[in-house]
Amino acid sequence: MDQFASSRIPISLTVNGQRHQLAIEPWVTLLDLLRERLSLTGAKKGCDQGQCGACTVLIDGQRINSCLQLAVTRDGAEITTIEGLADDGQLHPLQASFIKHDAFQCGYCTPGQICSAAGLLAEGHTHSRAEIREHMSGNLCRCGAYTNIADAIEDVMQSRAAMKEAAE
Amino acid sequence: MNRYDYVRPDTVADAITALANPDARALAGGTNLVDLMKYDVARPALVVDINRLPLKSIEVSGDKLRVGALVSNSDLAWHPDVQARWPLLASAILAGASPQLRNAATTGGNLLQRTRCYYFYDPSTACNKRAPGSGCSAIGGVNRIHAILGASSACIAVHPSDMCVALAVLGATVEVEGPQGQREIPFAEFHRLPGDMPERDNTLQQGELITAVAIPAPQFGSHFTYLKLRDRLSYAFALVSVAAALQIENGTIKDARIALGGVAHKPWRDVEAEQSLRGQAPEPRVFEAVAQLILRDAKGQGENDFKIELATRAIARALAQAAAGMPQNQSDKVIQ
Amino acid sequence: MSVIEQLHVGRPTSRVDGRLKVTGKAQYAAEYSTNGMLYGYIVSSTIAAGHISSMDLTAARRMPGVVEIFTHENRGKAAWLDRKWRDDVAPPGHPFRPLHSDRILFDGQPVALVVAETFEAARDAASLIAIAYEADPHCTELARKRNEAYVPPEKRSGIPPPPDPRGAAEQAYADAPVKISRDYRINPEHHNPMEMFGSTCVYEQGGKLTIYDKTQGSQNAQGYVTSVFGLSGDDVRVVNHYVGGAFGSGLRPQHQLFFAVMASLELERSVRVTMTRKQMFHIGYRPDNYQTVSLAADRDGRLQSIMHDAVAATSHYEDYQEAVVNWSGLMYHCDNVKLTYQLAKLNTATPCDMRAPGAAIGVTAMECALDELAYELGIDPLEMRRINFAQKDENTNKEFTSKALMECYRAGAAAFGWERRAQQPRAMRDGRQLVGWGVSTGIWDAFLQKAQASATLKQDGTLEVATAASDIGTGTWTILTQIGADAFGLPLEDVQARIGDSSLPMSPVEGGSWTAASNGSAVQAACDALKQSLFKLATKMANSPLADASFDDVALEGRRIFRKDDPARGLAISEIMHAAGLSELTEQGKVSPSLIQMMNYISYTHSAVFAEVQVDEDLGVVRVTRVVCAAAAGRILNPKTARSQILGGVVMGIGMALHEEGMTDHRLGKIMNANFAEYHIPAHADVEDIEVIFVDEQDDKVSPIGVKGLGEIGIVGTAAAVANAIFHATGKRVRDFPITIDKILTAPPLS
Repeated sequence: MDQFASSRIPISLTVNGQRHQLAIEPWVTLLDLLRERLSLTGAKKGCDQGQCGACTVLIDGQRINSCLQLAVTRDGAEITTIEGLADDGQLHPLQASFIKHDAFQCGYCTPGQICSAAGLLAEGHTHSRAEIREHMSGNLCRCGAYTNIADAIEDVMQSRAAMKEAAE
Repeated sequence: MNRYDYVRPDTVADAITALANPDARALAGGTNLVDLMKYDVARPALVVDINRLPLKSIEVSGDKLRVGALVSNSDLAWHPDVQARWPLLASAILAGASPQLRNAATTGGNLLQRTRCYYFYDPSTACNKRAPGSGCSAIGGVNRIHAILGASSACIAVHPSDMCVALAVLGATVEVEGPQGQREIPFAEFHRLPGDMPERDNTLQQGELITAVAIPAPQFGSHFTYLKLRDRLSYAFALVSVAAALQIENGTIKDARIALGGVAHKPWRDVEAEQSLRGQAPEPRVFEAVAQLILRDAKGQGENDFKIELATRAIARALAQAAAGMPQNQSDKVIQ
Repeated sequence: MSVIEQLHVGRPTSRVDGRLKVTGKAQYAAEYSTNGMLYGYIVSSTIAAGHISSMDLTAARRMPGVVEIFTHENRGKAAWLDRKWRDDVAPPGHPFRPLHSDRILFDGQPVALVVAETFEAARDAASLIAIAYEADPHCTELARKRNEAYVPPEKRSGIPPPPDPRGAAEQAYADAPVKISRDYRINPEHHNPMEMFGSTCVYEQGGKLTIYDKTQGSQNAQGYVTSVFGLSGDDVRVVNHYVGGAFGSGLRPQHQLFFAVMASLELERSVRVTMTRKQMFHIGYRPDNYQTVSLAADRDGRLQSIMHDAVAATSHYEDYQEAVVNWSGLMYHCDNVKLTYQLAKLNTATPCDMRAPGAAIGVTAMECALDELAYELGIDPLEMRRINFAQKDENTNKEFTSKALMECYRAGAAAFGWERRAQQPRAMRDGRQLVGWGVSTGIWDAFLQKAQASATLKQDGTLEVATAASDIGTGTWTILTQIGADAFGLPLEDVQARIGDSSLPMSPVEGGSWTAASNGSAVQAACDALKQSLFKLATKMANSPLADASFDDVALEGRRIFRKDDPARGLAISEIMHAAGLSELTEQGKVSPSLIQMMNYISYTHSAVFAEVQVDEDLGVVRVTRVVCAAAAGRILNPKTARSQILGGVVMGIGMALHEEGMTDHRLGKIMNANFAEYHIPAHADVEDIEVIFVDEQDDKVSPIGVKGLGEIGIVGTAAAVANAIFHATGKRVRDFPITIDKILTAPPLS
């Protein structure tokens, strides 16, 4: 059992491919760690209570609300934020598709929507428009870009399916 | 949020030792506890991070499913065997929360999630569940989401889980381990009604930890459904939900299981009402009658009076879905 | 000087800020950092009226990292005079002054600010502050205050009071053969932009402040800060490059701005203050309201009488006002009209303009009532609207600068398939589901406000356009870039828009749907002036090939000016600038409404909204399966971002129809569902198919660039269309919004 006498606990996190050795208090959330201590403000704080999805990041490949994760509990994890989704300046297909379909207005929920959509694609459980809607419902958008977001995700899903088909 | 100590045990034994502290709380997925800590509803002196415990496996042996307490809601819902053989469980899980919350939330944590009662969440109000003896503000207050069955004058809160409603129907067993060793709790006895001790949601003893949930093989084939009614079509807690399962042989009901969510301090089952269905024809008149029976002692609090009628109709509809072998699709929002 | 090809304005154009937003690099107010920055956390009152009798800060002060705790007992220096606290859009009354005294005016009122070295220390120390209150009686229930309603003694600037009655509405109502009189209620709504209110106040050497604020008006915020803290305008700059939604909640300076600046000045440190989501429910809201609409018609459906009375909530300290009932007197032709609007005081924060303030609730009631009357008459609801089409604004007796509403009805109905509708309720089904189709008209003001802009040519021929406008998701960055690009025949990449900064040319707050028309026209004017200056420089150059050309003889393309009749004769912009010895060339432009024109003309944006719902009657579950919104909004600068604005308005309208409601425990005076889990806004699953149509509408009077604006029109009428569709599906008329499961379950069936 790890016993932590001091309030700062050593942890290691790999964020967007970069390894960080940190000493962090156990009451710091992953979201606040990213935003306030690692200057990764792409993950947004929309409610701080797991009720909006704006803080969604990928933890070990899975989409998770970073606002409800105490950073210390994710010691050793690999985290991908919106800042790490583009590959060397080349936009992730979802990012490009969001621009193409105007799938945002104010942009504040957008990083969470895109990270959530990336998680959705990786999960492989989503095959229809209704399933896109349901499986994206953890990401609220007050600007109401929902139909465009669904278009953007569907577009990427279809081109991936087409590529897969062509490869076969 | 308060200041607390933090430990991260690697074994169940070490976790139980740490949880002997009455002000300790076990932390798994964090989706409920961290939220409660931010609201200052939970102010633990010690947070016991149990995420390293070896409780993450899903075992299917013979007819039985055994789910480790730390299996995520997503992993459980999408597990091929669960999808194929326990689809009611999968359906109920997928009706709850959001994909990213389900990725973090665990099986044990789902059982232990606290009520969404507005007053419980607001430390400036009286709430017997949060501050025993302070009173219940929900009675006579904003209570359209509150209980219509099994409530007490001390508490009218409801249990918010969807998964637990399915587990109630499936006849699950909760495996726990504590200072006194291991024991198994039948699901119906796990959650409790508020009575005059609403601060206790369940029958876990001080220092006990859920290690697994065991679920027997379902006997109802495709005759099941999970029907959830709420204030928006996704990402909302149930006003009323119904898990229903029927065993139908030669056009008559051999056995029935019905559990309700969103209406009581625990997933609500009425075995007597279920038994009344035996030998009956699976038809609307019968379903409506059993629905009335289940709600016979229901009592509204004012704003939630509608739930009595809603639950009655939802039970009838869920039984019709189950009888037809047309379980509710959780993505396509059309209710058959 | 024309450009050869205008490639941008009027064409679907992706947002110029899109890349920053999808990569997480667009910075919002709480995302600027500086060394040594402190964090402020606001403590809120837990009673609705009374005063603070004592505060125990001992435990909080002991928290490591806590630097200071501000309360009413040690608040920093701020203006004493009430009027110093008034911002550009304040309603009449006494603006809220944080930590002014021990008095509590509403639940959730800020009563302390904890400032600490880390966010966590501030947050956690705040939970250790113990406050004792002496409570006074309070009332948050509008129903109990209706009998004390009053006509606001002082009119809010910019908000027209109801027009004087015309004709004899009561008599006409009594005499008419067909009539209805109905009560409606729309429960309070909360803006809830996704970004929580935050301000980062950077304290610079010598006490200069750069403030990154979540606001819809950097200059309004800057004016407030200088006025409240007695600072010079030169020492305060407010920046709001990116604003994570606002919908009106950012029109007035919110209290986190006060706190960040006050703490920064007192401590001489940089400070960030962010609200919690719960606190966002106490900064102004769409007011609770009761409305009665009485309509009468002859048997052909022609309106004979319109009476619309509204009572809406306000706070004890300000008379918030919006135009709720006025629309009913101008949307349709009617000779006998009587409209009243009153306020009632509650122990809440002052309400605050929320997307289409006034119209969103007033038009909803009117359009539902008109639907009810159409059924009484047995007339198709769309036809009912056509029959009563207004040719002029009968409230003011002014002509419309344009009104392509008939085309909205036609195009919307065609796209929706309205002609296949069965008139009687409960006639359409899809399996188990009842299907209903509803329609509504939408309307909103088309304003032009005073605005200024600058346009600057750089030596390399690229352009910068600047105005202190804000982009709250509306697409302002993009349309101003498009306007600049087309003025000079440049690709979008060669134009840099600068907005979101109080140091830029004067702009109104971003609201009222006036930004595109006002700031867009100002940018256009600045570009026109800049072209004149450039042309003068070109003709004055030694041996200029354009020496004998007139302004109209030349064209611009490829960063070059040349003769239209001989494109080879021309000059590169860089040559002209170089010859004049200039590194850049700037001109200003400004617009203001024409007062002469306003004497005779008035402008509105219109829409026709068609909604389809499927209702599970037994269970009360409603799905909005289709919406078509056909809008007449003048010239559309960017159909892509314009469409998104309508989509967003429609989604918020769906929320008004079905979901949104702040629920108050009136015994405690507290909003109990002050969070995103229990205050429901539409989620992905609630929004299926929305089609947006922009009908052609030429308008050379509404604004110099022919634009009317789109920020509000999408929401107006949507809730009514959905409610009318629910009636058509079920025969149940729910007049209390939102239309939730319980209300459908308990509504009386069609008799």
